[in-house]
Amino acid sequence: MIQKNKKYFVIFVLPTLAAFIMAFVWPFFQGIYLSFCKFVTTSNATFVGFDNYIQAFQDETFSSAFWFTVAFVIVSVVFINVLAFIVGYVLTMGIRGSNIFRTTFFMPNLIGGIVLGYIWQLIFNGILLNYGKTIVADATFGFWGLVILMCWQQIGYMMIIYISGFQSIPGDLYEAARIDGANKSQLMRRITIPMMAPSITICTFLTLTNSFKLFDQNLALTNGLPGVVQASGTTVYETQMLALNIYDTFYQNANTRGVGQAKAVIFFIIVAFIGLIQLYFTRKREVQQ
Amino acid sequence: MKKLSKLLAVGLAGCMMASVFAGCGGNNGGTSATDGNNGGTAASGKVYYLQFKPEQDKQWQNLAKAYTDETGVKVTVVTAAEGTYEQTLTSEMDKTDAPTLFQVNGPVGLANWKDYCYDLSGADIINEVTNDEFLLKDDNAVYGVAYVVETYGIIYNKTLLNKYFESDFATVKSVDEIKSFDKLKTVAEEIQANKDALGVDGAFTSAGMDSSDDWRFKTHLANMPIYYEYKDKGITSTDAIEGKYLDNYKQIWDLYINNSTCDKTALASKTATDATTEFKTGKAVFYQNGTWAYGDTAYDEKSGEGLKDEEYGMLPIYIGVDGEEKQGLCTGSENYWCVNKNASEEDVKATLEFLNWCVTSDKGTKALADDMGFVIPFKNAKKAANPLVAIANEDVAAGNTPVSWNFSTIPSEKWKDGVGAALTQYAAGTGSWDDVVTAFVQGWKTEYAAANK
Repeated sequence: MIQKNKKYFVIFVLPTLAAFIMAFVWPFFQGIYLSFCKFVTTSNATFVGFDNYIQAFQDETFSSAFWFTVAFVIVSVVFINVLAFIVGYVLTMGIRGSNIFRTTFFMPNLIGGIVLGYIWQLIFNGILLNYGKTIVADATFGFWGLVILMCWQQIGYMMIIYISGFQSIPGDLYEAARIDGANKSQLMRRITIPMMAPSITICTFLTLTNSFKLFDQNLALTNGLPGVVQASGTTVYETQMLALNIYDTFYQNANTRGVGQAKAVIFFIIVAFIGLIQLYFTRKREVQQ
Repeated sequence: MKKLSKLLAVGLAGCMMASVFAGCGGNNGGTSATDGNNGGTAASGKVYYLQFKPEQDKQWQNLAKAYTDETGVKVTVVTAAEGTYEQTLTSEMDKTDAPTLFQVNGPVGLANWKDYCYDLSGADIINEVTNDEFLLKDDNAVYGVAYVVETYGIIYNKTLLNKYFESDFATVKSVDEIKSFDKLKTVAEEIQANKDALGVDGAFTSAGMDSSDDWRFKTHLANMPIYYEYKDKGITSTDAIEGKYLDNYKQIWDLYINNSTCDKTALASKTATDATTEFKTGKAVFYQNGTWAYGDTAYDEKSGEGLKDEEYGMLPIYIGVDGEEKQGLCTGSENYWCVNKNASEEDVKATLEFLNWCVTSDKGTKALADDMGFVIPFKNAKKAANPLVAIANEDVAAGNTPVSWNFSTIPSEKWKDGVGAALTQYAAGTGSWDDVVTAFVQGWKTEYAAANK
């Protein structure tokens, strides 16, 4: 049986593996190569060395996008996880209509980012116009607009993960603790949270990387606006996140395609690095059942 | 049984593989694509046209089909979604079946794509061009040929403007008097002040700064100060703009945003559709746009909305420069056909034949003139059925000097975006005019240097 499984293993894995190599591994390495090149179309590139990286690091729009992204990631990771945890907790207490609530909360996650971005742009503008403003009038509006949008979209998804976490905590742990005289907050701190550590790891990792890589919602909601003109003549877009900045750079002109590519490689290293650190620390808090 | 399940497994795996790869072959990026049928005749080459103008997509599809029916040569027309032409072109050019025919917007666009352009000198279509200025040349080679000449200005609704002239509060009594910025300003402000009496929401349509509409100001309106500066200096392009006429740019922008259908703080969210609808439904008198806007605003039987042909009028964009009484409408082209030199020999040949057919055959010229409303700079051109085109011709006949399209020398899209963002901020009251000046002058220098390394 095992022998046979091995044979089938190859048959079943091969298509996915081939697709993975063609659609991910290959473009990934080609992308790294292209970041050292000057090119208009990817099939026709000339090698230029570290030029693109130097330009990328000198670009003031890139650093501005980086800090905006970092601020956004911190705020949205905290909000999404805290709220999703609370919602998940409430919906496992056995109140009436839990299933309806779960479904409803999950639904926003099924809508595409671009559509969501435009819908929320209408909503925000509808409110702000009463005060003679629009979402792109001020970077603060754009920032909180993005946070609200992301919370609305992501909380439902994270809630599902938390709910399955809550449901997998064995009831006898609580029972034993209650017999020992533990109160509610002790149950939460000593049992629920440690037992939920794997779910927290997954959810923070997902929200962290999702927020870092955010593109569609950013493009549709503000497209980076408002822009502030620097003395050098460059316009820095205050609500532009890293992914959008890379996209923008790529299509700026024929000389900047490689710079955009170099930024993308830097971006990958940052996301991978932060993601791994976060995994390391939250993993340490996980307990064996 | 064992054999059967094995077969099944292999079959399923095969299906998975097929479905995975099917996803890669799809055509994304374009909004629509139709293939003409091959028709059975043995035509060796094929044409793939990546088209720029979303508003003319349907007409191009029909023309392609007509050509295929007539000659058996397969013509595929794909139109890039609004504002994504460069992106679509970049990814399409990477494919094995790259476009054989594509567009650039002028000398700056050509700089990106020169290495992909077939030298058109000697091609039949070059002999059809009425004037050499419609060719895009570089190093003695012809890389592009303009296929449509367009005109823009301030379109007005004659019925509404006449209503104003007949009113008691009107100090200007005829459109012939509007020959300068000051007069235009008087008219606009009087209309704005009496908008209820005239039954409109404002003098100008909303100057929307949403990305669907902002090109009217960051590109077309910005052409005015660039045009006058080039004219003063006798140049046709520059690596650093001085911004001598930026005060005039401010004047006209102020006029637009202070006398429109909505509060100027709301402009950032207004779209192209908003402006079109306002003009079409008679809620605004003036609308800065060009000949291409006819299709979207013309009278529609079904809805009963829109302007009848005789209701259209167009004024030059006066910005308050000395001697502007003789200033005409803005006429030029930013649509150049380029042939992909990396395409196979048969495809290049087929493409050149298709182009020639478009501008010489009866069917082709008729479609370009009637269906698309284009004025084409070719000898066999038919008269376009577009009233705005007729107005543009009258303007030239009246002895006014057409304003050339110098915005094709703007160093990059990024420059336009920077100026657009600054204009938006200025209109919303969160930014100052100085920012517009910096984006215009400094931004030009920076972007020019970045694009011409």
